[in-house]
Amino acid sequence: MSALLDGLSWVCLLAGGAFCVVGAVGMLRMPDLFTRMHAASVVDTLGAGLILFGLLLQAPSWQVGAKLAVIMVLLVFTSPAATHALAKAAVARGLKPQLDKTGDESSSS
Amino acid sequence: MLYAISSALTLFGFWLLLSGYFTPFLLSAGAGCAIAVAAFGRRMAVIDREGHPVHLTGRAFIFWPWLAKEIVKSTWDVSRIIVNPRLPISPNLVRVRTSQKTPEGVVTFANSITLTPGTISIDVSEKEILVHALTREGAEGLASGDMDRRVTRFEGFS
Repeated sequence: MSALLDGLSWVCLLAGGAFCVVGAVGMLRMPDLFTRMHAASVVDTLGAGLILFGLLLQAPSWQVGAKLAVIMVLLVFTSPAATHALAKAAVARGLKPQLDKTGDESSSS
Repeated sequence: MLYAISSALTLFGFWLLLSGYFTPFLLSAGAGCAIAVAAFGRRMAVIDREGHPVHLTGRAFIFWPWLAKEIVKSTWDVSRIIVNPRLPISPNLVRVRTSQKTPEGVVTFANSITLTPGTISIDVSEKEILVHALTREGAEGLASGDMDRRVTRFEGFS
């Protein structure tokens, strides 16, 4: 049972780490602030989520596990608020997102 | 009053979790602090439907798993776009109408949009949300209104 849990935990930790790397690569490859924020949100949803879940399976006591769960809930509530604040601040300061030009029908603003 | 009691209980639970000691003195100190903080919050009128939406707890356990599934799906899509050598993005802005009736419902919808990779809510008003989407497909998926309907159901009036 503990070997199974260990294995699952390792899979989650490795997958979470892989998503963090992918998010970081995305931050470098994307052309502007808004598209970079999409890449960053890969890190703080599945990246952080899988790492926390992997750690949760390794938790030595229920208290440590519950604290990790609380961290996860906290991330889920705070990260969209921070992302939204960043995007809104960028728009308020006049930064225009680069939009796709190929067939624009919905780019109204 | 119900909201004050429930936030006192939540605060006490959080206190217990962080302390981890179960001696009578520390338990009563924690209870005292939790009640005091809830009373201050009530006096400052920050504990209400909007500030502590405990009435949504039950339906959250229907909505959150669905949201988690959506997050996993769209994270996978965005990851594939990032590792694709051609970087096939088609960023665009789209206005999404909201059908929620309460501020906390609209906030839940906007946060759900931001939380799913590939879409970010930029500007939120009562009637619509301005969304930046990484791909045209992402914008179309949002415009189909599935998430909007589910958040409204989560809100509990329909």
